[in-house]
Amino acid sequence: MIETLVPGLFLRYNYYMAIIIMLIGLYAMIAKGNLMKKIIGLNIFQTAIFLFYISSSDIIGGTAPILTTDPATVYVNPLPHVLILTAIVVAVSTTAVGLALAIRIYEAYGTIEEDELIALEAKE
Amino acid sequence: MIADHLPVLVVVLPLVGAVATLLAGWADRRLCFPIAMATTVIQFCISLVLLSQVMQTGPLHYNLGNWLPPWGIEYVIDQLNGFVLAVILFLCVLSCLYANRSILSEIDEKKIPAFYTVLLLLVTGVCGIAVTGDLFNLYVFLEISSLAAYALVAIGREKRALISSFTYLVMGSVSACFILLGIGHLYIVTGTLNMADLARVLPPLYGSTVVQTAFIFFIIGLSIKTALFPLHLWLPDAYRYSPSAVTVLLSTIVSKIGVYALIRILFSVFTPSFIIIDIPVMEVFCWLAAAAIIGGSVIAIAQTDLKRMLAYSSVSQMGYILLGIGIADSIAVTGGILHILNHAVMKGCLFMIAGAFIYTSGIRSIEDLRGIARTMPLTAAAFVIAAASMIGIPPTVGFMSKWFIALGALESGQWIFVLVILASSLLTAVYFWKVIEYMYFREPVPACGEAITSARDPPAGMLAPILVLAAACVLFGIFVSIPLEIIVPFVTGILGGT
Amino acid sequence: MKQDVVIRTVCRLVVPFIQLFALYVIIHGASSAGGGFQGGVIFASAFILIGIAFGVADARKRISEKCTVLFSACGLGIYAGIGILCIVFGGNFLGYSFLPLPLPVPEIRGLAAEAVEIGIGITVMAVMTSLFFDIAVDEEAV
Repeated sequence: MIETLVPGLFLRYNYYMAIIIMLIGLYAMIAKGNLMKKIIGLNIFQTAIFLFYISSSDIIGGTAPILTTDPATVYVNPLPHVLILTAIVVAVSTTAVGLALAIRIYEAYGTIEEDELIALEAKE
Repeated sequence: MIADHLPVLVVVLPLVGAVATLLAGWADRRLCFPIAMATTVIQFCISLVLLSQVMQTGPLHYNLGNWLPPWGIEYVIDQLNGFVLAVILFLCVLSCLYANRSILSEIDEKKIPAFYTVLLLLVTGVCGIAVTGDLFNLYVFLEISSLAAYALVAIGREKRALISSFTYLVMGSVSACFILLGIGHLYIVTGTLNMADLARVLPPLYGSTVVQTAFIFFIIGLSIKTALFPLHLWLPDAYRYSPSAVTVLLSTIVSKIGVYALIRILFSVFTPSFIIIDIPVMEVFCWLAAAAIIGGSVIAIAQTDLKRMLAYSSVSQMGYILLGIGIADSIAVTGGILHILNHAVMKGCLFMIAGAFIYTSGIRSIEDLRGIARTMPLTAAAFVIAAASMIGIPPTVGFMSKWFIALGALESGQWIFVLVILASSLLTAVYFWKVIEYMYFREPVPACGEAITSARDPPAGMLAPILVLAAACVLFGIFVSIPLEIIVPFVTGILGGT
Repeated sequence: MKQDVVIRTVCRLVVPFIQLFALYVIIHGASSAGGGFQGGVIFASAFILIGIAFGVADARKRISEKCTVLFSACGLGIYAGIGILCIVFGGNFLGYSFLPLPLPVPEIRGLAAEAVEIGIGITVMAVMTSLFFDIAVDEEAV
């Protein structure tokens, strides 16, 4: 197990970075009480996955997949980029819905702090 | 000519319908309901045609943009998704009919066009999940349906719906991210996203840790979406505080499509040999499902709010479907898939009735329902039928699927799960009997006397779907061979079977 | 929330160029890097810039709520319409090569994909703009 992990740390550090960023996002979602910070955490989480996809398709020395006359050109696989473009659209929509909800929660309760919201709910 | 294009039309039609509803909403708000209704009815007809085609000629394949799979996106319809599509659209038609009257008291009038637009977008997403044969496409449609669901939960006047919608959004997005990661892992290993192609390429790679990690990501992501027991925490509040029509949609359509996606990934992307032999995940699944069945029922007994009680009961009932799949015996899987139809019918009926009580009398609490059977006789009778079905009293649908799951458990020697099913039936009887007792055998409490005596059976638009579903509870129980004819060929196809 | 005169002047100068660039990105979507979504977002950023510099109310005068809804429906209509046109001419949904245009097949594909990109661009522009206005409008009231 260890002998595969350690070289992996240097050769595939992009995946490790993606996982670290993902966990930062997860931490923000769980530990932060402010709904806005939760949305930011969610965004960090999603971005880590985008990084995971994009870096997985990269080839050292590869270029954009636009046809050239040189047959020796190495292309980067464009499919993950396209998939992630779609996933970004999804993430933007999720963020928008989240922000709109946060605004309406603020209008209804006057706060977006989670502990205050729980206290207000318990009072009612 | 049109007949060849039905698999894509079933997805495009609600999308066009959503735009039409939005624009019609400007001219006249009353136009929105007929458009939405017409769209769902046509879709339901399409789904029946598709199902009959599948039964006659085998799976249908449709290549979007004439690109051949595995490069292009392929829509595939076999017995399983033909069945799920028909069930879901049947419930869509009824909930749409029900929504016409019930939302009037629960959402602002100026939001009615938005409601129907988002409803049709939800249907678009759900139908897309059902027909697609491409993993990434599944993710996109899953997110379309989830985003529509978040918006629908928050559309009412209820203040707390906002917070439950936010929780649902965070949980739902995390689960979608897990699914996306799973898809990414599989793509990195295999270079394909087509489900049939993956099923062909994956078996030699089952030893790879990347494939196993991908599998775990899929399981966790979809477990959150289907609210499997320890991950169900978003569900009760989302069901409790959303408008009645939305609760019906969530409990019958959104949760069922999550289960469908889970079955599809377990059995069509991965193979039974992987999930049963290589990774003993099915055993874990069985125990989690058993915990869901018992835990959901126990918490449901403690509830005082009718809709919340039904929500916890949903957690328990979803456990049945997953238990059937987890036992992975051909009879139990048949029972599990049958329970998709059965639970949709029963729970749809019960949530509609809970909404009808709120609509006519404003009562949400179980204890305040004392004596309501006298003023709302038809609704109360429908409740009794659906409750009997939930408990699993024969000739109702609930009995049939529990019977199959228990039989499958016995067949594979896992008798402990038979005990779980029996215990849960007793617990279910406890919490439903409490409601029935209050409705039929108690005098109204003074505080609610006025509301009870002035309550009437709801208007025909709401009563009709309730009665149709109550009748379906009995009819599908008696004529259980009709759904079985569709499910059994699929199950024998994947499990090879008895 | 009206901003300083320098900001307003610079905005007024920059906005047409942003929009032109957005159109360029949309038009080049099918043949090179770029596309409907990116172009749509850039186009929407022009309106968002106006919203920030001149205040939301002023920006709403330039592109009203009805306008954004109409645009988003229109873009979706283009997308679904082209898909269904392909069915009418005997292809599958979005099977561009079946469109009866007097051109070689790759060019028909390119053109139809471009039309779909334009539809997507319009929808994304409208949705992004209205998202910003809907979320920002309360800031004004407070």
